[in-house]
Amino acid sequence: MAQNSIKVALIGNPNTGKTSLFNQLTGLNQKVGNYPGVTVDKKQGISKLSASHQATIIDLPGTYSINPTSLDESIVLKTLLNKDIEASPDVILVVADIENLKRNLLLFSQIKDLEIPTVLAINMVDQMSKKGITIDLSLLAKELNTEVVLISARKNEGIQEVKEALIRCHIAAKASPLCGINSKIDPDYFESLKQISANYSLYELWLMVTQNNFPDTITSEEKEKLIAFQKDISKLKKYQHKETIYRYQEINKILKKTYLVDKSKATDLRSKLDKVFTHKIFGYLIFVVLLLLIFQSIFDWASIPMDFIDATFAQLADTVKNTLSPGVFTDLLAEGIIPGIGGVIIFIPQIAILFLFIAVLEETGYMSRVVFLMDKIMRRFGMNGKSVIPLISGTACAIPAIMATRTIGSWKERLITILVTPFTTCSARLPVYAILIALVIPDKKIIGFLNLQGLVLLLLYALGFASAVIAAYLLHKTLNIKSKSFFVVEMPDYKLPSLKNVFFEVVEKTKAFVLGAGKIILALSIVLWFLASNGGNDFKNAEKQVTENTVNQNLNEEELGQKIASAKLENSYIGILGKTIEPVIRPLGYDWKIGIALITSFAAREVFVGTLATIYSVAADDDDTSTIKQRMASEINPRTGDKMFTLPVGMSLLIFYAFAMQCMATLAIVKKETRSWKWPLIQLFSMGLLAYVASFITFQILS
Amino acid sequence: MSTIATLQIGEVGYISEESLDLIPLKLLEMGCLPGAEIKLVQIAPLKDPLYICVNGSHLAIRKETAIQIKILKSE
Repeated sequence: MAQNSIKVALIGNPNTGKTSLFNQLTGLNQKVGNYPGVTVDKKQGISKLSASHQATIIDLPGTYSINPTSLDESIVLKTLLNKDIEASPDVILVVADIENLKRNLLLFSQIKDLEIPTVLAINMVDQMSKKGITIDLSLLAKELNTEVVLISARKNEGIQEVKEALIRCHIAAKASPLCGINSKIDPDYFESLKQISANYSLYELWLMVTQNNFPDTITSEEKEKLIAFQKDISKLKKYQHKETIYRYQEINKILKKTYLVDKSKATDLRSKLDKVFTHKIFGYLIFVVLLLLIFQSIFDWASIPMDFIDATFAQLADTVKNTLSPGVFTDLLAEGIIPGIGGVIIFIPQIAILFLFIAVLEETGYMSRVVFLMDKIMRRFGMNGKSVIPLISGTACAIPAIMATRTIGSWKERLITILVTPFTTCSARLPVYAILIALVIPDKKIIGFLNLQGLVLLLLYALGFASAVIAAYLLHKTLNIKSKSFFVVEMPDYKLPSLKNVFFEVVEKTKAFVLGAGKIILALSIVLWFLASNGGNDFKNAEKQVTENTVNQNLNEEELGQKIASAKLENSYIGILGKTIEPVIRPLGYDWKIGIALITSFAAREVFVGTLATIYSVAADDDDTSTIKQRMASEINPRTGDKMFTLPVGMSLLIFYAFAMQCMATLAIVKKETRSWKWPLIQLFSMGLLAYVASFITFQILS
Repeated sequence: MSTIATLQIGEVGYISEESLDLIPLKLLEMGCLPGAEIKLVQIAPLKDPLYICVNGSHLAIRKETAIQIKILKSE
């Protein structure tokens, strides 16, 4: 027998354990896709309900109400209103938190009025006795006219009952509004609204009017009539307010009969912890210590797996080169694809560790306190307390960081956060900084104990944050965008993080990076490989030319090979490109070889190191075992006869990488999130110009 | 005139009925209803935002919102 498949939308307030329930229901059968027509990621998973039924569970973003105030929340409305789209659910599963049942039921009452079969799962019932809560389940189910299940998602209790309720609810297909709310506010007004279409419930029509969101299935005649209702905005607003109050009155009536809290049982763990975490001194101190701990882990702990990945891919490329028969395909594999994949994989440890920290901080409820502490400061720079999370995430990778801005309700604050996040020192800059610092900054101690190289690195990180904040301030003062800046953050109860939730969160964010940035990095690596190993006539004749020109010089085979490789690179497409931009970058102290590395850095900044390694190893002979650093250190500037990587050149490059927007993947994600090419292009050119000017000044002052 | 912003830390008041139209819908939906008991739990170190507890919801709101919502003191 074919399995009956049910589409279930999972909806609930933030901090209700919605994610825990989703993870319990679906386990590893999760995937992230896109909602049709919008760019927000859609998380869905398969859950086996019984021998004969299975469900596709769609995890909608957490929201307090169906009326959206941020991009995240608007998804909920769109998914529920558009019946024709693939994600439109058969059954809605609303998750509520036992402690905040009243507020959670507001969302439930709105959902119920959509007249879609609904199951209510009340979570965290293991806390009931501790919090002094008693509940009359059967009466509540009767009053709400719906299936109600008590669960504890973290303890995996009640999950089976949820599954059974979903099946029952789907079969019964019973759907009725909770209390026919609107008709009681202004009967005539809502009766004429209801007359517009028989295909939609009154509440759906009301939402179309108030949210200006029309499903594709509506006829143009109906739409016209609905739009007529939008004329009197103050009336709409007034009725929305009335509606909310009315809903709460109904909820209070029901809860009075079914829900009892013995307040004497309440503990004051929250207020004790809040006193510390939001303290005017300790609050900030704890935050700074946590940040230092995070950075320490990104540097130290991540370097172990990163070195291992680096070595593994280098070895793999070698093995491929030595075992497969020589040819274009082998070259493509060993010089294009394998290093390309390695260049993606190498970032995983840092990204995973960073998101591990962020997931733990969010799960415990601490992150809301950071938002509370930082909002006033961030607002001075045109951002929002919630901007702190993207800015911290940006130290691993700007891509998940920019996606994390979706919770910011004000468009202006969100846009500014998106625009300045790429200034923070992402992990792709780290290898570039590391090698340049090692090359040009002396390894010595100053003031007794401070390592000079370490200090320079620290200053570069500080420069990243400082430029993000200054850029934000300038944007704040110049961007003329009017947007409703409304801010409300829930301060959830403190709780221990669930390992399962943290694990899934880390996997999801890492996947978003690998799939988002990975594709672009890999594709560009292959393009660059092609450009470096092909060229015009001069490239093809390089071997003959060099052999003829040097026939009288008595070169041995090794020296000849080196000259040929060098000439080939110079005449390859990429060499030509590097030479073309050389006049532009000479004032910054760079030659055409560095120019090549600047161009290839658009795949990902860290490609700089790999490119120079390729350039110098291609130019050097094959058996050279010296490291990249030694090769770079011995590179001679043909114009001065001195070393190429002097202090001015090195510093100029460091500054260039600190400012320039050299990341194709980030530009792509900014385009996606801002829905236009305008903002990524502004980012590209203004950050590029800043990088150029700053490097120019640095080089000219130092040399 | 008392508003949420004039409460002392730990002090309790009741949201005035006349503020209804000035309360943003979102706050209303989160439990900030006229007549509800509201407690100022904490003020951020830079005097903004304010951390309130109303109808069981613990929320942080900005001062600009708080000064618009009138309250009645319990005495």
